[in-house]
Amino acid sequence: MIKAIKGFLQKFSIIFKSKKQIRLGLYGPPNAGKSSIANKICTDWLGEEMSTISAIPHETREIKIKEKLTIKANGKELSFNLYDTPGIATRIDYEDFLKHKMKRTEAKKRAKEATKGVIDAIKWLDNMDCVLVVLDSTQNPYSQVNITIIGNLAARDIPVLIIANKMDLKKSNIKKVQAAFPQYPVVGVSALKGDNINKMYEEIFKIVK
Amino acid sequence: MKTLTLEFIPYGEIENLSSEDRIDKLFKLAKEENIVLLQGKLKPNEEIMLIQKTMENISRKFRGIEICSIDEDKKESAMALNKMKKSFVNLILGNRKGFTIIGPASVIREIKRDPKKIQLLTNIKRNK
Repeated sequence: MIKAIKGFLQKFSIIFKSKKQIRLGLYGPPNAGKSSIANKICTDWLGEEMSTISAIPHETREIKIKEKLTIKANGKELSFNLYDTPGIATRIDYEDFLKHKMKRTEAKKRAKEATKGVIDAIKWLDNMDCVLVVLDSTQNPYSQVNITIIGNLAARDIPVLIIANKMDLKKSNIKKVQAAFPQYPVVGVSALKGDNINKMYEEIFKIVK
Repeated sequence: MKTLTLEFIPYGEIENLSSEDRIDKLFKLAKEENIVLLQGKLKPNEEIMLIQKTMENISRKFRGIEICSIDEDKKESAMALNKMKKSFVNLILGNRKGFTIIGPASVIREIKRDPKKIQLLTNIKRNK
């Protein structure tokens, strides 16, 4: 009887494991375009957006999850849960939001929520199966936040694909991103214009174990 | 006149501390508006713990920190990541090579780093 129960549980666990969705996280500094990438993926494969985007930093202040997304490339299918995370920063100053014509009370609220968002994003790192690190390719890639995120993913043995976003902009420098992180695959894209997105999908297939 | 304090921490001073105690020590100094120059580098999980602790302490007065770790190798700092990946020992035991700068956001506006130079931009206004 016990054997039968054990057998049933084992079979149940196998079925459960096989149905376990891959957790694909979008990480990076604020305003790199994580939510734009999330929206592009969701629009392409579900026909709907996932997150709101804004020019004001820390628009995403809580983790957003889109479950059971299926993407296709080169005749293959990949199903995963997508996690759009708040941008990781070492400083949050509510006065920075005032520059975007935000009211003081609103700015303070946003700053408070943003700090919580960073903490949540850090806590969720351990739960990811693979991560797309989204960087703004017009910015210097040698920032400590970028190095810390990628260093932590390496330490946890989580596969990484670096997305050098905003390649449509004049200042974009994909080669500099590649030079900064030579041991990781880097794909330049424009989430806004959809440039090179198919290449990104192909690369996602490569990093998912 | 505001005094800017640069506090040098030899690696030996944090070597035997737990990660939590290391972070507490460094964070306390930065929060007290000191610029910390640490011999060696923190482990990746310590760096992320420091960011987490910083976020937990953000207030009207304390707006965060700036941090920059530099590898001893004169080649670009990105190579540090490469080495980190290769050297599991460094991940476990920490790295006394290179150095780390940690300072409060109220004093350090930005640390600009590219492979060849580091620029520490402060919020201190120059008297004309």
